[in-house]
Amino acid sequence: MCLAVPGKIMEIYDRDGLRMGRLDFGGVLREACLTYVPEAQVGDYGIVHVGFVLNLLSESEAQATLETLRQIVDFEDGLPGGGEPA
Amino acid sequence: MKHLDEYRQAHLVQGILEDLRRRVTRPWVIMEICGGQTHSIVRHGLDQLLPEAIELVHGPGCPVCVTSLELIDKAQAIAARPEVIFASYGDMLRVPGSGRDLFAVRAAGGDVRVVYSPLDAVRLAQENPGRQVVFFAIGFETTAPANVMSVLQARALGLRNYSVLVSHVCVPPAMHAILGSPHNRVQGFLAAGHVCTVMGYHEYEPIAARYGVPIVVTGFEPLDLVQGIRLTVEQLESGRAEVENAYARAVTREGNAAAQQVIGQVFEICDRNWRGIGRIPASGWRLRPEYAEFDAEQRFEVQALRSEESPLCIAGQILQGLRRPADCRAFGGPCTPEHPLGATMVSSEGACAAYYRYGRSA
Amino acid sequence: MKRDEAIPVMEGAVCPVPLAHDVTVVMGHGSGGRMTHDLVQRRFQRVLGNPALEQGDDAAVLRLPQAAGRLAITTDAHIVAPLFFPGGDIGRLAVCGTVNDLAVMGAHPLWLTASFILEEGLPLATLDRVIESMRVAAEEAGVAIVAGDTKVAERGKADGLFISTAGVGWVPEGREASGRLARPGDAVLVSGPLGDHGIAVLEARGGLGLASDIVSDVAPIHGLVEALFEACRQVHVLRDPTRGGLATTLNEIARQSSVGIELDESAIPVRPAVQSACELLGMDPLYVANEGRLVAIIAAAEAEAALQALRRTRYGEGAVRIGRVLADPAGRVLMRTAIGGTRLVDMLAGEMLPRIC
Repeated sequence: MCLAVPGKIMEIYDRDGLRMGRLDFGGVLREACLTYVPEAQVGDYGIVHVGFVLNLLSESEAQATLETLRQIVDFEDGLPGGGEPA
Repeated sequence: MKHLDEYRQAHLVQGILEDLRRRVTRPWVIMEICGGQTHSIVRHGLDQLLPEAIELVHGPGCPVCVTSLELIDKAQAIAARPEVIFASYGDMLRVPGSGRDLFAVRAAGGDVRVVYSPLDAVRLAQENPGRQVVFFAIGFETTAPANVMSVLQARALGLRNYSVLVSHVCVPPAMHAILGSPHNRVQGFLAAGHVCTVMGYHEYEPIAARYGVPIVVTGFEPLDLVQGIRLTVEQLESGRAEVENAYARAVTREGNAAAQQVIGQVFEICDRNWRGIGRIPASGWRLRPEYAEFDAEQRFEVQALRSEESPLCIAGQILQGLRRPADCRAFGGPCTPEHPLGATMVSSEGACAAYYRYGRSA
Repeated sequence: MKRDEAIPVMEGAVCPVPLAHDVTVVMGHGSGGRMTHDLVQRRFQRVLGNPALEQGDDAAVLRLPQAAGRLAITTDAHIVAPLFFPGGDIGRLAVCGTVNDLAVMGAHPLWLTASFILEEGLPLATLDRVIESMRVAAEEAGVAIVAGDTKVAERGKADGLFISTAGVGWVPEGREASGRLARPGDAVLVSGPLGDHGIAVLEARGGLGLASDIVSDVAPIHGLVEALFEACRQVHVLRDPTRGGLATTLNEIARQSSVGIELDESAIPVRPAVQSACELLGMDPLYVANEGRLVAIIAAAEAEAALQALRRTRYGEGAVRIGRVLADPAGRVLMRTAIGGTRLVDMLAGEMLPRIC
């Protein structure tokens, strides 16, 4: 339902009384509203939907998830008939 | 893009699928609520890689699809007015009302503009003080923080020429409707990750408990999706029915409290007609009376036109997971993305459009 | 289904079709996708049809009495907002678009004509910039603009400046490239990254508030075509994937040749910034316009030689192999996704719009 993409906050400023940020989406810059993430700082990654940062992305949770998945996959690879590393 | 590419690694996706295949011992029916997930599943060809025992059914989580015909007709009536600049998210332009779509309104002289963000619509109102700017505020919980902020911002800026046509719907009532139906086949859910970014997932805990269904908060990339499916199956196979979070990098149990507070300030709960499904009590949001001056329905007094659907279209049953796009006799024949009969063919998130585009008719 | 408090029910009972798209022109008719095709086939070809027109290629190839080789003729209309965008402008677009339509028929582009519809109030300095840009592009492409015409439309009745062109080229004997000639087993090549032009123009339009360093790929590609014919003997299909993008172009070829085409998702070149812009807007780079790219379908045995030849040319440095031609399913384009699934790649439907929710 809701296309939201991660972007890195490059700059924070006020416009018309709203806290706004300039975000870098993999080489494309776009403004987004930071009003719902008052804790946001330059360098943070936010998840952006229709020009609003809905939440900051947790680097530690991202790493934990990927680590869990890698462990499952490593285990599978070790099984007979398991997947071959790409 | 960081936080995106990591979740598209083919080797990890295949490894998780391998684990999933080992776990499945019997058939399971799982619904992905969100149309964005449907789109991603078909786009990456994930549906074909799942064990045959797992049937994914596509849920009603597409705001474009479920916006009621009556509101589409109202949108067109407002957009056709000469003093109006009608601003909308891109997808809504192609949704057919009773007789036409917003493209046709534009071709007939209506000033219809596509915006990326509701704040862009507010800016249009600032830049065009002599015109009435109406924003088509559709969406689920994810889009509500943005849509309500445009209203607050218009008030803060003293704009008298900005209003919103609200069609907001919420996920939990739809899940109740699906699970409460005697025809229900769904045994587990992938909850929509971005809805939960705003709302958290505590609302789903009573649903999981009451109906005995596992609910896994899931992201949108292939790796997120296979992991969401894997965790759901793990629960189903072990007889558990809990809410789990497989999208922890973006979602917490409580969600975004600041956003929820502002939504509650501007919106109140209301009944909504879901296109193709029907009326679901307390399933949506509308403007509170304090914000009535920003309500486009009141500002333009649009009479409800007689709004009726194609008799061929089975969008409602598809949105409830009762039938699949290929079951529809109009699919790919009278109903194509160029000539959609129903909303599920209109949005690129709609199940029918996703099936058509990615060749799932055969 | 019966009406019941607990069970949601279907709404209403009357058919909403037909939509007005069969009655008036809407923007989707100009998208280059299926609506454009239907418009051309059902309205133009049905009434004006003749064997040359019905080939359905980018230019007609005709034999002159008592002459060596054949003549390629094409015509093209150019509308773009804004008139100037990173990497190009409407003038360069008009020249390159016409030259490329000739080149992909295997023709040496020779002569162009250009008609200008100018809106009352257009600054002449703007026109001068466009004309200078056309001079530079024509020089690069080795063509002469040999005839022209100018009309002025009242203010508000043209968006600044429209250009309509015609192009004439010469096809040497022995060159047969057409959308009808793809054969099972052939390799599918593309000359560089996809979607640069479409995203550059979208950004330049300003409404979406995006900024990046993406520049349009608009360029003449006749040099790539010449290099291919020098290096290979079995060049079967050449196309420039403009409006509607690679997906639409390959669908056209699959239909014309009654073959299937299979793409490898992981081999398809897209610049990271273009991919990011597409993620942000919910678009697919396969459907985004290019104005300086070449799609070549060539006997598999010659694919490596073709790639090396392309990579030595200006504008062909990024050439890669992206797929293969199959016997089945005829008329369809499939994609092997990066994670190992398969999906259909359809034509662009109507106008491509940002997908937001």
